[in-house]
Amino acid sequence: MKTESKLFCGCQNKYGSPPNTHICPVCTGQPGVLPVMNEKAMEQAVRASLALGCAVNRTSVFARKQYFYPDLPKNYQISQYKIPLGENGALYVDGEKISIERAHLEEDAGKLVHSRGGITKIDYNRGGTPLLEIVTRPDIKSPAQAADYLKILRQRLRYAGVSDCDMEKGSLRCDANISLSPGDSDRLGTKTEVKNMNSFKGVFRALEYEAKRQEKVLTEKGEVMQETRLWDEDSSVTKTMRTKEEAHDYRYFPDPDLPPLVIRQEKIDEIKVSMPEFPSQRKKRLTEKFKLSEYDAGVLTGEKEVVDYFEEALETAGYENAKKLSNWVTVELMGRVNSENVQFCDQPVKPEYMGKMVFLIKDGTISGKMAKKVFDIMWDEGKPPEEIIREKGMKQITSQDKISDICGKAIEENPELVEKYLGGKTGVIGALVGSVMRETKGQANPKLVNEKLRQLLEKKK
Amino acid sequence: MIKETIEKIKQGRLKSARVVEESLKKARQGQSRYNSYITILDEKAMQRADYIDDCVKKGEDPGPLAGIPVAVKDNMLYRGTPMTCASEMLRNYISPYTATAVKKLLEAGAVIVAKTNMDEFAMGSSGETSAFGPVRNPIDTERIPGGSSSGSAAAVAAGEVMGALGSDTGGSVRQPASMCGVVGLKPTYGMVSRYGLSAFASSLDQIGPLTGKVEDAARILKVIAGFDQKDSTSVDIGVSDYVKDVDKGVDGLKVGIPKEYMGEGLSGEVRQRVENTAQKLERKGARIREISLKSAEYAVAVYYIIGPAEASANLARYDGIRYGLRPGNSKNLKEQYKKARKEGFGAEVKRRIMLGTYVLSSGYYDEYYSKAQRVRKLIKEDFDEAFSGVDLILSPTTPTTAFKLGEKSDDLIGMYMSDVYTVSCNLAGIPAISVPAGKDSAGLPIGCQLISPSFGEALLFRGARQIEKFYE
Repeated sequence: MKTESKLFCGCQNKYGSPPNTHICPVCTGQPGVLPVMNEKAMEQAVRASLALGCAVNRTSVFARKQYFYPDLPKNYQISQYKIPLGENGALYVDGEKISIERAHLEEDAGKLVHSRGGITKIDYNRGGTPLLEIVTRPDIKSPAQAADYLKILRQRLRYAGVSDCDMEKGSLRCDANISLSPGDSDRLGTKTEVKNMNSFKGVFRALEYEAKRQEKVLTEKGEVMQETRLWDEDSSVTKTMRTKEEAHDYRYFPDPDLPPLVIRQEKIDEIKVSMPEFPSQRKKRLTEKFKLSEYDAGVLTGEKEVVDYFEEALETAGYENAKKLSNWVTVELMGRVNSENVQFCDQPVKPEYMGKMVFLIKDGTISGKMAKKVFDIMWDEGKPPEEIIREKGMKQITSQDKISDICGKAIEENPELVEKYLGGKTGVIGALVGSVMRETKGQANPKLVNEKLRQLLEKKK
Repeated sequence: MIKETIEKIKQGRLKSARVVEESLKKARQGQSRYNSYITILDEKAMQRADYIDDCVKKGEDPGPLAGIPVAVKDNMLYRGTPMTCASEMLRNYISPYTATAVKKLLEAGAVIVAKTNMDEFAMGSSGETSAFGPVRNPIDTERIPGGSSSGSAAAVAAGEVMGALGSDTGGSVRQPASMCGVVGLKPTYGMVSRYGLSAFASSLDQIGPLTGKVEDAARILKVIAGFDQKDSTSVDIGVSDYVKDVDKGVDGLKVGIPKEYMGEGLSGEVRQRVENTAQKLERKGARIREISLKSAEYAVAVYYIIGPAEASANLARYDGIRYGLRPGNSKNLKEQYKKARKEGFGAEVKRRIMLGTYVLSSGYYDEYYSKAQRVRKLIKEDFDEAFSGVDLILSPTTPTTAFKLGEKSDDLIGMYMSDVYTVSCNLAGIPAISVPAGKDSAGLPIGCQLISPSFGEALLFRGARQIEKFYE
């Protein structure tokens, strides 16, 4: 989770710093140290729980989960066991309910860095940072649904501002349990747990592999062993990590160093009020209020910052121009963001400029073609569209007299096209419009030109 | 009493440097006889004493414990100095920070002259489990000083320091205080910050003072008590002036004697002394009555489940990875862990880790740990009920006076039973004090224990001061 400091000490919670630069006696497990709960982490956990539709327990209890590993300085992890912070939530994947059993708050472990020559170093920067473990019930029916669930989970948690949920950086990690059930029943077979997937695609592939492996075992009348398996991305297989016999007995017990975590109802209410509108609700609003297509609304709401941008731009573009704006944002702007490989939040075009530009297209000040130039300049120079139009003299010709003159000229200069038109090939009007636009260096309003040409040609009939 | 020395130092009539020098000299001499210390901080202590004298010279107030030499049990951290917990595991460990209680002592002007020997990781009742050799009782060096704050009690009893800090998980301050003939207090749980106290059993541990006189203990408690943001179990209740009412006497106080603490296993002489003390208190106006603590007989059993359970987790960090003993030539991680813990821990520590690991194991948790927690609640309720009728509870501190070195090494139950009257207070979180009540026929100190409800320390000191007067 995103917080300033770690869960139980004042060290910075920051990714990517030099090893062991955010550590102290507490998060390295020196003798005599004690954990002190970080209020902000509690708030983030409440936000996350609410985002997952969980009920927030006003009293939850920290417990010690005990196992020996060098990345765990105390050789126990402070976690929550019997009473987690959040319980009984659900997310919907294409209308199907995926129940969330619990969401509990715990401290993260450090990181082992294996280097050549068998030397392992430990970086404790991550040790003690706040982590929320989210556990689903066995509701997910397929590897594809598992990946879809993760996408929706990620989207909601990002909307809630709880975490970046970046699997590559480890701010979203996934262990997946999988078991098969006979086609005619809901009875679940023996499960295996798969670890070490580094992307949504990895989760999907690992589960596909594991499902096939289990199926093979079962059709050969074998028995699936309950075990933890490791996904090997390079060879695309899962391998036994530890068997049921080797499983840890975590010897959980309530942590005597921490009183139960009590959250006031007012605090929960306060956080509830500050929760953002989630993608599904927001998508619904965009399609209903602004008549956007399902597809466009889906693309816009994919990332909170994109839809926030869209709605801000819409204030200057005007609600009636939502469709046009949506095209500009999803096609031109997002296309540019991708091709230039920048983060959306770092892109240079201010939402009010984008909105203004769309407004100027709609009111005829500039043409769509001119707008592309304006957009390029906005991207490079960050200037408002009006200024760009003024500087480049890009104003569109909209005067009826002037357009009438130019159109008349075009008709005179292209007798063979006129002939075709009068002969019934009305499609040639496009070529005439093109000639006008060339003549005016694109500054004539194509819609007006089209109308005027048609008018003049019809007169000739 | 330390009061006179403090005043003299503050007035500039006595140099802290002289007092501390004298203390260090005695400590070094005593060390060969009693083995009370693990580290004597000669240089650091002298620097500190000079600093205090400088403050006085400049007209600054060096604090309420100005310039007096004190010792600290070697399971509390004092930045830049060794902290061993009397274990091979931490033989070379240097404290990277200072415990809150130690910091408060320093800020009050006290001079820490030594870190005291103890039972390894505070696990023991005789001072014999130390990796640095056993501590001997200054009253009779053939005998144990009690434990686990063995060195702290012995150092005060030998007059080498003017006070010491110990830690009390099941009696580790009161029991050695009783056996060495000094005053020892276990404050209310949450009264003194545990930050920087190497944890044995987190829900039971509490730091407390050992001193020659009751008033001195009150004076030190006033300094080390108080809320600490670094300890989530510390209580924000404010610190009282425990010294002020210490001489108010016991007139009108109701004192209960638990019949369960006066029965089987208690030596006749100790029983007699507690009864005599009760009569004396009665003559001073206290009303004595017999009370019952129904669940008392289960206290030791409960203690030996909860204590080891918490210890097994608390001591898991000692793996030789980040610090501590790290034997070389391990083939793999598992072997490295095994070697470090095999060579680093002594037998008693291993025994308790195994016990704790067992009672928390899947399938045994409910049978042992959960059940123990339920009985712990009953023990607490016993005290609540008792204190609805009395102000203080009087009992022996230990069933016997100091036994001989090695006497109970093969009698673990006998050893564990020496905490039978003290563990309940830790389980209930309530404060208790052991105060000297003369000697037995062999010349060995007897201690009386007074128990009060939570945060009743002021009352404890009043009662203890009265008893102290009887035997001065």
